[in-house]
Amino acid sequence: MAQEINNPTRAPVLAPGYTYRSVTDKISSIVLRGTPRGWYVGFAISFLLAMLLLFAMTYLLIAGIGVWGVNIPVGWGFAITNFVWWIGIGHAGTLISAILLLLRQPWRTSINRFAEAMTLFAVANAALFPILHLGRPYFAYWLFPYPDVMGVWPQFRSPLIWDLFAITTYGLVSLLFWYMGLVPDLATLRDRATKTPVKMFYGLLAMGWRGSVYHWRRYHKSYFLIAALATPLVVSVHSIVSFDFAVSIVPGWHTTIFPPYFVAGAIFSGFAMVLTLTIPLRAVYHLEDFVTMRHLNVMAKVMLASGLIVAYGYMMEFFTSWYSGNTFEQFMTLNRAFGPYAVLFWLMMLCNVVIPQALWLRRVRANVILLFVISILINVGMWVERLVIVVTSLSRDFLPSSWGMYAPTLWDWAVFIGTFGLFFALLFLFIRLLPMISMAEMRELVQETGAGEAH
Amino acid sequence: MSIAALMQEFDVFDAIRDPSPKEDDAQATSEELRARLVQATGESDWNRLVACENVGELEKFLRREFPRQATVYDTTIKRRAFLKLLGAGLAMAGLAACSPPQGEKILPYVDKPERIVPGLPLYYTTAMTLGGYGMGLLVRSDMGRPTKVEGNPKHPASLGATDIFAQGSLFTLYDPVRSQVVLENGKPSAWASFQTALANSLKEQGSDGSGFRVLTPALSSPTLGAQLQTLLTRFPGAQWHQYEPFNEDNVRAGSLLAFGEIVQTRYDLTRAQVILALDSDFLNSGGGSLRYARDFAMGHQVQAGQSTMSRLYAVESTPGLTGTQADNRLAMRASQIAAFARAVAAGLGIAGVPAGPLENVPSDWIPALVSDLQAHRGSSLVIAGDGQPPYVHALAHLLNDFLGNVGSTVNYTDSVIVNPTDELTSLHTLTGDMRAGRVTRLLILGGNPVFDAPVDFGFQEELARVPFSVHLGLYANETAQVCTWHLPEAHFLEAWSDTRAFDGTATVMQPLIAPLYGGITAHQLLSELLDPSPRTSDAIVKAYWQERSRGNFEDEWRTTLATGVVADTALSPRAVTLNTGWLGDVPPEIPLQSYEVAFCPDPTVLDGSFAPNAWLQELPKPFTKLTWDNIVALSPTTAQRMGFNTTIAATGGEHGQVETDLVEINYGGRRTQAAVWIMPGHADDMVTLYAGYGMTGADTSDDSPAYNAYALRTSDAPWMGTGLELTPLHKRTSLATTQFHSNMEGRDLVKHTTLDAFLQDPDFAHQPEPALSLFPPQNQEPPQWGMAINLNTCIGCNACVVACQAENNIPTVGRAEVLRAREMHWLRIDRYYEGEGSALQTFHEPIPCMHCEYAPCELVCPVAATTHSPDGLNEMTYNRCVGTRYCSNNCPYKVRRFNFFQFADWETPSLKPMRNPEVTVRSRGVMEKCTYCVQRIKRAKTTAEIEDRPVRDGEIVTACQAVCPTQAIVFGDVADPKSRVSQLKADSRNYVLLAELNTRPRTSYLAIVRNPNPEIQDKS
Repeated sequence: MAQEINNPTRAPVLAPGYTYRSVTDKISSIVLRGTPRGWYVGFAISFLLAMLLLFAMTYLLIAGIGVWGVNIPVGWGFAITNFVWWIGIGHAGTLISAILLLLRQPWRTSINRFAEAMTLFAVANAALFPILHLGRPYFAYWLFPYPDVMGVWPQFRSPLIWDLFAITTYGLVSLLFWYMGLVPDLATLRDRATKTPVKMFYGLLAMGWRGSVYHWRRYHKSYFLIAALATPLVVSVHSIVSFDFAVSIVPGWHTTIFPPYFVAGAIFSGFAMVLTLTIPLRAVYHLEDFVTMRHLNVMAKVMLASGLIVAYGYMMEFFTSWYSGNTFEQFMTLNRAFGPYAVLFWLMMLCNVVIPQALWLRRVRANVILLFVISILINVGMWVERLVIVVTSLSRDFLPSSWGMYAPTLWDWAVFIGTFGLFFALLFLFIRLLPMISMAEMRELVQETGAGEAH
Repeated sequence: MSIAALMQEFDVFDAIRDPSPKEDDAQATSEELRARLVQATGESDWNRLVACENVGELEKFLRREFPRQATVYDTTIKRRAFLKLLGAGLAMAGLAACSPPQGEKILPYVDKPERIVPGLPLYYTTAMTLGGYGMGLLVRSDMGRPTKVEGNPKHPASLGATDIFAQGSLFTLYDPVRSQVVLENGKPSAWASFQTALANSLKEQGSDGSGFRVLTPALSSPTLGAQLQTLLTRFPGAQWHQYEPFNEDNVRAGSLLAFGEIVQTRYDLTRAQVILALDSDFLNSGGGSLRYARDFAMGHQVQAGQSTMSRLYAVESTPGLTGTQADNRLAMRASQIAAFARAVAAGLGIAGVPAGPLENVPSDWIPALVSDLQAHRGSSLVIAGDGQPPYVHALAHLLNDFLGNVGSTVNYTDSVIVNPTDELTSLHTLTGDMRAGRVTRLLILGGNPVFDAPVDFGFQEELARVPFSVHLGLYANETAQVCTWHLPEAHFLEAWSDTRAFDGTATVMQPLIAPLYGGITAHQLLSELLDPSPRTSDAIVKAYWQERSRGNFEDEWRTTLATGVVADTALSPRAVTLNTGWLGDVPPEIPLQSYEVAFCPDPTVLDGSFAPNAWLQELPKPFTKLTWDNIVALSPTTAQRMGFNTTIAATGGEHGQVETDLVEINYGGRRTQAAVWIMPGHADDMVTLYAGYGMTGADTSDDSPAYNAYALRTSDAPWMGTGLELTPLHKRTSLATTQFHSNMEGRDLVKHTTLDAFLQDPDFAHQPEPALSLFPPQNQEPPQWGMAINLNTCIGCNACVVACQAENNIPTVGRAEVLRAREMHWLRIDRYYEGEGSALQTFHEPIPCMHCEYAPCELVCPVAATTHSPDGLNEMTYNRCVGTRYCSNNCPYKVRRFNFFQFADWETPSLKPMRNPEVTVRSRGVMEKCTYCVQRIKRAKTTAEIEDRPVRDGEIVTACQAVCPTQAIVFGDVADPKSRVSQLKADSRNYVLLAELNTRPRTSYLAIVRNPNPEIQDKS
């Protein structure tokens, strides 16, 4: 074991000694046994924060968008930053579950369920912001192309409309994929539950799954199909989110590198978030055998790779602004690095470019605590990156007469912090009510890796 | 019977007066009040309010929070009495419903009155008086409601233009805070009670009227002047005093010095080729400024086919708008300007002018100026500013005489002001008499001397001794609170009166609406004293002019009202004799101690008379772009020496919030705290204090650093003095500004050149043809609307900004929201600085919506709320807007404004009739912006369609264009090559902003050409 920890690359994706039964026992027991006290504490805190969100949202809707710090020229502030950040977080889930499934990466199995749930909750949070940030949120439905009696349609040239389609598609496909994967496990829980109401609950959700060969055949077929469907979404969603900026003419937004750079950033922050959540979970629920050092190692490598793409993106932004000879672009770049928001810029560089370089070292990748700290710093860095893009670009654009600063208000913070509440409250409910690791797939893994026979 | 009168009645019946007035506590804010409420322990909960009743600042708090209710708030009414009144009010309200309307029958139209078509506006001529001088106006009336003020093109002082104060006067008319009740010792009373009190008072006084005084501002109204003369004849013991804080005393004294009599100086800038302004802001202040600005602008640009333009030399202490137009500008302390003027006179060879030491004047300045003046004998002009001492004014007269300008660029006429006097002396006499107890009855017709009189007079204490004092005013201001009686004055748009322009042209002012708050006029008040049965204002004014009629009066009267000018009333030039005996009596120069001080009226609220006006409060001041506050201005060098700095605020700034240092000012032992503002172009070692702020009960917030400059202003140095000390308090404060960054960052935003360079390269502003675009071309069929703004003639007076606000129902947002960079002006004036020292140039650039052909905003709106019209307008559909603010982010000109809150006031009843019925009042959460006054376009198009003809060039005049004194803004059909706007756009100076973005703006600019004297090098 000691050797494995020192060399996480060779660690197994499933610790040896597990059988079908022991895998199922271990995972299902988290759901079917009693609730640990820590869960109540965690859920209570998250729930309180979610109530803060509710409060802040209610006040926002009553008082108006002016309670936030947005102004002219900085028309977008925390809301859009949070939106892009949460959407980015979601990306890891889809990447892990869909792309890695198609690439037949066995290490995805023990983290995909959890990552998908994270995706869903992150998208739910993200979807709040485009509505909340509207001046008249009650007319948000005007963005949908519904047959209006006046014959008015959305303005399809606007990236915000593309956004709407991208996010709704993404949310829907993610939900389908996640639920589809859950069905066999729900049936297992139904079968293992002892109390009738619990049986009824999981029975309804399992939709009559009996585990017949036909079921499994169709399940696998459709699961792969949806995975194939979800794969382009990983690239498309954040590309389209980046169009919100790239299509505009604002210096610092109007950049062709944005789509790949945003996708890489999304994967970067998504994997960071998966690590941030997985590391404490595997410790609390003693899942070290399922989520092994191998997993953490691989995820750290993905972070490193996507982080390097992000760093390349930063570099290219500098290069193009110099190479373009465009005074506005050049000023914007210098202003980001040395203007009034320079602190944010350097924080972003530190968190997203400098710190991830530690992941080159095997020793760092093998150190759970360090990984946890790095993952949190990357989360912070990626959030700051979005803030830098949104705010510094707007605050000083073409006419110096209109230059102006943005500062968040307490309500900006309340909504932002509140979304963590909602996210974690949902996550706690998920952990408590649904198997956080796919039992069916783990059983397959037992068979594939021959873990059961190793000893 | 009004409710106020009812309350008065009850007051008599019931013993509701509080027997023991309690002492006032210091500062109390709403939080403190709340805290007291919580802590208060009464016998029971309902008793808690009693604990707060005696909070000293409660009334102040009420005035700020509920200004409308504050006037009728009576601290002495106890709870039980209040409940009685409430009950009585309820009962009486029922009774009031039963009473018939006063004397008239209300019937629907049987025969429609001539010309009244519902939905179509009517325009009436009237005039506004400012500083005694009239400005002719045409006021729009929509079904009996005045909704927009325009200039009267037939009036010599307006020529169709107006200033910010005329535009802002509309808000004053509807201002909910305006005085609405007759007050007796601060308690609500009634007009009838006042009449009785006045009659009793008249009975008491002796027939010669000794002890009777009238205090007015300087006035030119012939009728009021005649009434006052009658008063003085009727009561030989009575005296008439005049006072205004920023008056023409120096001008008059200068005239007395030079000519031995008070004459009016009138300039003809159309003939002036070389102009020297000695600390004079003649383009922006004074009765003739609009006319002067127009005439100046015509000569101060290169007209087609010509190669010359006039040249303006400005020597300034505090930067003024005139200085921004100068071709050669020099900053020096106000007290140094006399020496400068003497040096010019000596240079011209005028004998007997004692030369004095000159500081900081580049050596080539005076010789170059002198030779330029000499070369333009008869077409040069020297103008001295109001703040300069009489000697400088006399010297200006002498210089003009010497240069042969009299009869050409300068004319002298009789005074337009009735009975011109030295106002400071006049007020001094009055105060002295009050102190001696010689004043028993005092009428104050307008003004606010308690607030703005020199602080050493102690006017307030003396006024309080006068047993019977009456204040007639638009606001229940400081003076009203000290006087025994306050009468709400009728606004000039509610009243008959008359006035005279700077050239003597008289205008009969006619009301547009019945007094909203039952105000009365000075004419009526004097009539109470003079006439056996009081007459109405219209009868008084009409009778005055009838007496002077030479022909058929009714016809003349109609013509007078229709044209807005009384025919043949302009004063003709007269001869004057210039003395030179005073030349040697140079006033001794006071050596500089610490800092020199200059007092200035605030650029937007003036001497304080417009302080309650939200439009003018929120109007960014021309140089500082500050709103809602006044500051202490000093030069960058002085600020650096004192260690002051002004920075953007981390909590939202640059545009919106700026942090600056607080200082303590010590001047003559009087101290106050104020915020520092670093003003490029300001004279070194000098500090400018802007008056007009710091009124009690003015609409400012608690954290405002506004101060009262009058509290430092003494009678011995009303304009300038020395010995001011600044002590840094090492505290910072926030100011609400709409533009802080004043450097163009090397971006070619205001194109400018010199005349010589322009003649060499007339195409210096040329931009390459627009690049190709992927977007399909916009419709180009006529008409296609566009605008050209001549930056060369824009003087940055801000009139267009307020005009736009009035025309388009643009709300004000208040100081707190300006601090958050959320002001709503559709049209703003950007101010940029370039150069340093004597080479400093200040540019004004009005920025409306550019109405881009390829508008970036249209592309990104997800709901098609902003779209392009076939005639080239970038239109905003408020109803469709969901408020993503994406359009504003993508607008490179940042002309879009967002309703972050419900900024438009839907509650206040009096503000509703003020609004333009043709423009939507916007709601929370929608974007808005300049529409090129689409309502005016549509109206013109409808008219043209009815008359079956195309819209004529010049038929559509946007609100900003209409008010512009220099006609810098031209709007029209750019698809018609013959239209004025097309011709301007064909000018070689024409350019668009940010052409490289290929947005193809429809608003373009004419570059600035200045004409600096090539003999003056930029050496300081």
